[in-house]
Amino acid sequence: MTDVKLTDVAKVYGGKVEVLKNIDLDIKTGELVVFVGPSGCGKSTLLRMIAGLEKISDGTLEIDGQVVNDIPPSQRGIAMVFQSYALYPHMTVRDNMAFALQIAKMPKAEIDAAVNAAAEKLQLTEYLDRLPKALSGGQRQRVAIGRAVVRSPKVYLFDEPLSNLDAALRVATRIEIAQLKEQMPDTTMIYVTHDQVEAMTLATRIVVLANKGIAQVGSPLDLYERPNSEFVAQFIGSPAMNLVAGEIVGTGAVTTLKVHDGGGTITSAVPSLPEDMGAQVNVGFRPEDAIQSDGENYAYEGEIEIQESLGEVTLIYFKRAAPEHEPVIAKLPGIHPEQRGKSMRLTADPEKVHIFRNGVSLLYR
Amino acid sequence: MNPAVLGLITIILGVGGCIGYFWSSNFVLDRFIFPPRGPNAGRNINRANAIRPWLFLGPAVIALGLYLAYPVVATFWYSIHERVPGGLEFVGLKNYSEMFAEAKFREAILNNMLWLIVVPGASTAFGLLAAQLTDRISWGNFAKSLIFMPMAISFVGASVIWKLIYDARPEGTGQIGVLNAVVTWFGGEPQQWLTIQPWNSFMLMAVLIWIQTGFAMVILGAALRGIPEETVEAAILDGASPWQVFFKIKVPQIMPTIVVVWTTITLVVLKVFDIVLAMTNGQWETQVLANYMYDKLFRSFDWGVGSAAAMIIMLLVSPILVWNVYSARKEMR
Repeated sequence: MTDVKLTDVAKVYGGKVEVLKNIDLDIKTGELVVFVGPSGCGKSTLLRMIAGLEKISDGTLEIDGQVVNDIPPSQRGIAMVFQSYALYPHMTVRDNMAFALQIAKMPKAEIDAAVNAAAEKLQLTEYLDRLPKALSGGQRQRVAIGRAVVRSPKVYLFDEPLSNLDAALRVATRIEIAQLKEQMPDTTMIYVTHDQVEAMTLATRIVVLANKGIAQVGSPLDLYERPNSEFVAQFIGSPAMNLVAGEIVGTGAVTTLKVHDGGGTITSAVPSLPEDMGAQVNVGFRPEDAIQSDGENYAYEGEIEIQESLGEVTLIYFKRAAPEHEPVIAKLPGIHPEQRGKSMRLTADPEKVHIFRNGVSLLYR
Repeated sequence: MNPAVLGLITIILGVGGCIGYFWSSNFVLDRFIFPPRGPNAGRNINRANAIRPWLFLGPAVIALGLYLAYPVVATFWYSIHERVPGGLEFVGLKNYSEMFAEAKFREAILNNMLWLIVVPGASTAFGLLAAQLTDRISWGNFAKSLIFMPMAISFVGASVIWKLIYDARPEGTGQIGVLNAVVTWFGGEPQQWLTIQPWNSFMLMAVLIWIQTGFAMVILGAALRGIPEETVEAAILDGASPWQVFFKIKVPQIMPTIVVVWTTITLVVLKVFDIVLAMTNGQWETQVLANYMYDKLFRSFDWGVGSAAAMIIMLLVSPILVWNVYSARKEMR
């Protein structure tokens, strides 16, 4: 059992600048939890607080049922992989991986066994006697992971481990991390990234951080299909979810909405209460859920401003009704003839239409 | 004429002359010799660019040749000759054998070795310590300025200051030396510090350590700040104590800089002269090579032995100089 439990955790710099507050999070053994959020939201700070590199200003952090707020990093049973690899440049790969064990005064035979096993697992055996500077970026990152693996920690912490790699290596290393996780089902991993694909593919659960707190926690598809706020809805998924202003005109198990721009009507599978009638809301639908329509049941109608044909999909950007609006985007499968300047109606499956009132989803009230 | 005015005129003439030389030589090259015009414009630009470094380096090469290379050759020449009435007489290595047989020379060599062991090591160690300790405290910059300040004092000036620290007055009169003041305050007997062998040599070394620690601190402090913070954090997560972080993570990463600082101070030590001249003039077994050379050349007017001593100093300095330049270049890459 290596749960990581945060209770009412806060981070305040210099007694004034509040970075994080009221963080409550219960991470179960064997989970891979990914922290995402816009830059500056404190996701790395939160990870560093779990690591013990930053002091916890308020609240408690428990690892394995023990409060570790004041326990030094090395005794928390954690290992961390840094964005910049943080390899010791003057040590060979072998010494880099063995350093923690040498500090712990482990017998030499055991150190060798642990290092060799980790090197084998990460295909580093032939590089063991090289210095970090003689390795490629991907190999360096594998050494950094190996350095964590040899300590057989209870909790792995990853701080944007792939962002210094090029695109191809990023995919390969991402898959390696996923495989590593599968080989060690009992370890807990916490992973910080700003890359959505990493978050969606690796995570058991994603924690979206915003406004000094947690915006939503859930499985990747949960966040994608049932975001609790406009912020999460637009943060997860690319291009971001379209939001158009509208009004509830029919309530019940399904909700009927009238959209202000374009004036269409669309139904959503989100239920609503009788008193919601006439409420001003934002109607959300993802670009990839948009369907071209000629019927009266549509969410948006507008003039096409830009069309990008990528082969597998065609991205259509509509002219915005007002300069402050974000443009509505449709991601239609396949290849479509150029229709710039023409008008198009978009609709979506009621299951895929979200309703937000004052920024919050009607599903979560 | 007032020396200050003379100095000012020299500076204006010197700097102005340099600027004038570089400007006019380039002007002549680009305008008249290889003008970037006409049918051969491209070729002319390449040729002008090939010649330009020589224009810039030329004066320095000539000056260094005149004031460095020629004296080396001439000193070597003098070291194998003896002055006789009416000229020089070739004597082979006699000056050298005479010198090696002299007790004062052996004392100088021995003392220089002692300086060589103590001063660079102590200065680098104190500098590293100061750099590390001043980095994390609020008044660190003030402490650093204090430690660096002796660098701004000339060796002779520093010697005068330390002479006052070691000063001793006849018994019965008031002691003005700081060290004796402390000793008498504790009820001890005032001492003639600079005559106590062999500690007087170390008292002279203290002056140079005092001066050079600031230099070591500044260079090593910059190197310490260049260490990626993540490697330190990774070591902390790996369980390293502050002590282990310093010696196993930080020091190895700045080793090339430590070598440069160490060898630079070693070069200063090998040439140490002013401090010994000003404080003891080599008496009471504190002689060093440079002061020995000065004694021979300008006090005994023994050109032969003096030049031989100069050659020995150069032989000792050269390999360390090569190593220093090599390390510094390696670090820059």
